[in-house]
Amino acid sequence: MIPGPFSYHRPTTVADAVKLLSTLGDDARPLAGGHSLVPMMKLRLATPEHLIDLHDIAGLKGVTRDGNNVLIGAMTTQHELLASEVIAKSIPVLHEAALLIADPQVRYRGTVGGNVANGDPGNDMPALMLTLGAAYRLEGPNGVRKVAAADYYQGAYFTAIEAGEILTSISIPVPAAGHGHAYEKLKRKVGDYATAAAAVVLTMSGGKVETCAIGLTNLSETPLLADAAAKAVIGTSLDAASLKKAAAAAQAIMAPAADARGPVEYRKHVGGIMVMRALQRAAAKAA
Amino acid sequence: MNDMTPTREERSAALEGMGCKRKRVEDIRFTQGKGNYVDDVKLPGMLHGDFVRSPHAHARVKSIDDSEALKVPGVLAVITAETLKTVNLAWMPTLAGDVQMVLADGKVLFQNQEVAFVVATDRYAADDGINKVKVEYEALAPLIDPFKSMDADAPVLREDLAGKTSGAHGPRKHHNHIFEWTVGDKDLTNAAFSKAEVTIKEMISYHRTHPSPLETCQCVCSFDKIKGELTIWGTFQAPHVIRTVVSLIAKLPEQKIHVISPDIGGGFGNKVGAYPGYICAAVASIVTGKPVKWVEDRIENLTATSFARDYHMTTEIAATKDGKVTGLRVHVLADHGAFDACADPSKWPAGFFNIVTGSYDFPVAHLAVDGVYTNKAPGGVAYRCSFRVTEAAYCIERAMDILAQKLGMDPAELRLKNFIKPEQFPYHSALGWEYDSGNYGTAMRKAMEKVKYAELRKEQAAMRAAFKRGETREIMGIGVSFFTEIVGAGPSKNCDILGIAMFDSCEIRMHPTGAGIARVGSKSQGQGHETTWAQIIATEIGIPADNIMVEEGNTDTAPYGLGTYGSRSTPVAGAAIAMAARKIKAKAQMIAAYKLEVHEDDLEFDIDGFRVKGLPEKFMSMKDICWAAYNSVPPGMEPGLEAVSYYDPPNMTYPFGAYICVMTIDVDTGVYKVKRFYALDDCGTRINPMIIEGQVHGGLTEAFAIAMGQEIRYDAEGNVVTGSFMDFFMPTAVETPHWETDFTVTPSPHHPIGAKGVGESPNVGGVPAFSNAVNDAFSFLGSTHIQMPHDYWRNWAAAKNLGVLAA
Ligand SMILES: Cc1cc2nc3c(=O)[nH]c(=O)nc-3n(C[C@H](O)[C@H](O)[C@H](O)COP(=O)(O)OP(=O)(O)OC[C@H]3O[C@@H](n4cnc5c(N)ncnc54)[C@H](O)[C@@H]3O)c2cc1C
Repeated sequence: MIPGPFSYHRPTTVADAVKLLSTLGDDARPLAGGHSLVPMMKLRLATPEHLIDLHDIAGLKGVTRDGNNVLIGAMTTQHELLASEVIAKSIPVLHEAALLIADPQVRYRGTVGGNVANGDPGNDMPALMLTLGAAYRLEGPNGVRKVAAADYYQGAYFTAIEAGEILTSISIPVPAAGHGHAYEKLKRKVGDYATAAAAVVLTMSGGKVETCAIGLTNLSETPLLADAAAKAVIGTSLDAASLKKAAAAAQAIMAPAADARGPVEYRKHVGGIMVMRALQRAAAKAA
Repeated sequence: MNDMTPTREERSAALEGMGCKRKRVEDIRFTQGKGNYVDDVKLPGMLHGDFVRSPHAHARVKSIDDSEALKVPGVLAVITAETLKTVNLAWMPTLAGDVQMVLADGKVLFQNQEVAFVVATDRYAADDGINKVKVEYEALAPLIDPFKSMDADAPVLREDLAGKTSGAHGPRKHHNHIFEWTVGDKDLTNAAFSKAEVTIKEMISYHRTHPSPLETCQCVCSFDKIKGELTIWGTFQAPHVIRTVVSLIAKLPEQKIHVISPDIGGGFGNKVGAYPGYICAAVASIVTGKPVKWVEDRIENLTATSFARDYHMTTEIAATKDGKVTGLRVHVLADHGAFDACADPSKWPAGFFNIVTGSYDFPVAHLAVDGVYTNKAPGGVAYRCSFRVTEAAYCIERAMDILAQKLGMDPAELRLKNFIKPEQFPYHSALGWEYDSGNYGTAMRKAMEKVKYAELRKEQAAMRAAFKRGETREIMGIGVSFFTEIVGAGPSKNCDILGIAMFDSCEIRMHPTGAGIARVGSKSQGQGHETTWAQIIATEIGIPADNIMVEEGNTDTAPYGLGTYGSRSTPVAGAAIAMAARKIKAKAQMIAAYKLEVHEDDLEFDIDGFRVKGLPEKFMSMKDICWAAYNSVPPGMEPGLEAVSYYDPPNMTYPFGAYICVMTIDVDTGVYKVKRFYALDDCGTRINPMIIEGQVHGGLTEAFAIAMGQEIRYDAEGNVVTGSFMDFFMPTAVETPHWETDFTVTPSPHHPIGAKGVGESPNVGGVPAFSNAVNDAFSFLGSTHIQMPHDYWRNWAAAKNLGVLAA
């Protein structure tokens, strides 16, 4: 558990960081909180020759409200996300989910940008970003572009990010007032990635579901948006039959790996339960 | 006497002796990060060694090419089996009478086996070097399932044993067989079974797990060429044994080997044995002339140094219809991995597993244990238990529940009915032990009253009915465990390690000012010996515990001891401490008699000094006696106040306890909640109730982890799939249940202070309580036995197999 040799760079502007990344090529990796990257390096599953530490770049931190969007700087830590009033007020589901990430020590260093950029199917934030319809701002040698979270994840650790690009911020449309939300995560212990987890953001009208989005964590190579499951509950009062339908529709797109958390069948089974529980809890919270 | 004269209570309290909840003196440094662990040892010019390890579970090593590794800046040497052969150290003896490769010699037999040792100027360079060593392997068929070990066509694992039809423990039946060990009367037992009104039979597995102390195994070896002396700082639970082993295998004179165990960050059995890292670091130091440090990382610790358990116990009980047990028959298949590196006393290939009759009066019993090789890491050690006692306790406690279920009897009632009765002690068990003391019924009934057992059963019945009506998806289990341990190895008549009897020792030296130092052959790894040993001495000789410094772990200064494991410290070293203190006291009495000008027999000991019987004002404090020992001893007496005691215990001690666990399980997810856990321990005389409570909390947390998910699991190819704390269940404070502790006191009649040892009881007794709770929860759905560990997905699988999940 000793990393290989690497050189360390600490640029102070995004432009410099992008320049370093593009000139050093494939052997360079941005370093944020290091809580995903460093463990991989210690196992020598990642052996970057250059680490480009993003901590000294001004302007990559903080949560702000910009009209109907909330902007989260990539280097905002999960702890800072939890401390943010903007988040607690406008996107409480992120607050709820961040509390389920690892433990306080990890959250003090782990960043939201690192969590969503990484492409680790076990990370919790990506499925929430899908559910919330977030977009990522990427800055690279060819300028700035925006990629929807829904288009970002391509496979385990494979994302739409191009060589030389840095994710600088996340923009999230503020969910409707009175929305209901829940993140149900089954894990074996504090600090564990999800055995199965489901995020739900919905609105209710007259006791019936009006809009709904469902995201799934660690149930496939990428985070999933369970569209068919969400459709299955729209217009329903979340009676037992529609809940079951939603769970089945969600299970149809799940393809988890068998690991020490359990066999595939179990993970899909509890995946369905997480969906049902998240729907019920979200509905109970909706105005 | 004036008002300032302290009362007897005050004088007694000032000693902070036995029974006092004295705060742990070692915590002052531990809680400030000022402990001194092996990794804190930094010597000038020190080098670092690290292992190239096998990715295969079973393979032939075709070649090892170190040329690229030696080009890595900082890499100084690459040691292989070929290097070690030049000093005759390619193989080393194990404590179990087997031999083990230090570095792969022609073959590898388990994943992560040590293949080459890279020595470099720092740990980073060593690791870079490892990645450049090219090893060519030819994969062989792995043997992972112990039940297939003795198949006719099973691959030959140990080519070095070819043609050897007997091993250290008798005949071998197969090329992958290690030993067969039988105890008890087979014919009488078979007869009891053929006559039995009721019998049960179940294969009860105790899965492979690992002690996983926070501090991994590590050492620093420093060879002084000029003096020809080797100094080893290591995480050793038994430093003297390590010194003797090193002397025997390295052929160095024992006085020229200095073994030092500094502060140790937990051992739990993991640090009893000798590992390739120690040998390689020592050889590397001899070769390079520099100190060499070896520090295991977490993955190495979990996958290479000794595991625990892996016992598969086919268990049968014979009984009468009304629930009186009449016979016990157990066959164990013991998976030892690639080498038998069990840390058991020499004559006990399956440890003290013959305590498997537990707390019950079995008239006859028979036990057979077959040890086999597989392509897994070698072991196994006693993970916070006396040798194989936790396996035995799990076996009998699970089996008693299965019998209760078959008889339709309450499991607590069945136990009460079959307990060894107080008047039967000393009790001779059918499998050969002499239990020292016990009062089982009292303990069990106290536990049942405290948890309101009858009400719990009613609550459970209501919940079961609600489940059947479809009103809840939760089921409730009540797990009862009544364990008897056998600890304090042990009497020289039956216990030795490599021929050395398992005594322990203490040397006390009192200084003129009434302070002293006690050096002990045990070695604390967190148990708090510096605190409790001083308390024993305080009570015995009347000097405040604060004035007694306790020192352990340095083989140059501590008297020879067999170390700390198997709950032996209090039963053996604790006795040696009391006996040494009594020698001090005896000499002190002679000095006091001389100074007070009376006959010795006219003196009585009174808390902190000697008093002339009938003349209360004629008193000499121990403090003053210490001073007198250095200037005015009786004529003919040697000055000074020192004593040494080597204690060979007449018998083991038999701590016991009653544990009750209440749990609910959500059948849809398998998620369990421990609602309550009550632990009553009887460890005889209680030296420090606070430390006992701490030990119980720690041991219960381990038991919880083991029963509910902690395992070392291999896939079919022999890859370890639980090789880090990501998957190896190490509960945090969040998952850990709340513990309720309680006690009764039944002193050991043969121990000088009546103490029995408590460090391991909670691990031994806790595992069956948790497992019985899970099994009890599912029993009304028609299940008799569900194997551990009971993690979420397995609970779900159990529910699914019982047909209670919605389609
Ligand atoms: C014990 C433990 C438990 C954990 N449990 C959970 C959990 O339950 N749920 C969960 O979601 N996470 C968990 N994590 C992961 C943790 O949240 C990480 O901190 C997070 O996923 C990555 O953030 P980071 O800032 O540490 O990123 P880093 O580790 O620094 O980087 C991760 C990857 O993203 C890249 N990267 C980082 N920032 C950027 C950027 N701005 N632009 C482009 N690429 C970038 C890096 O190059 C690297 O490849 C756990 C971590 C630990 C150590």
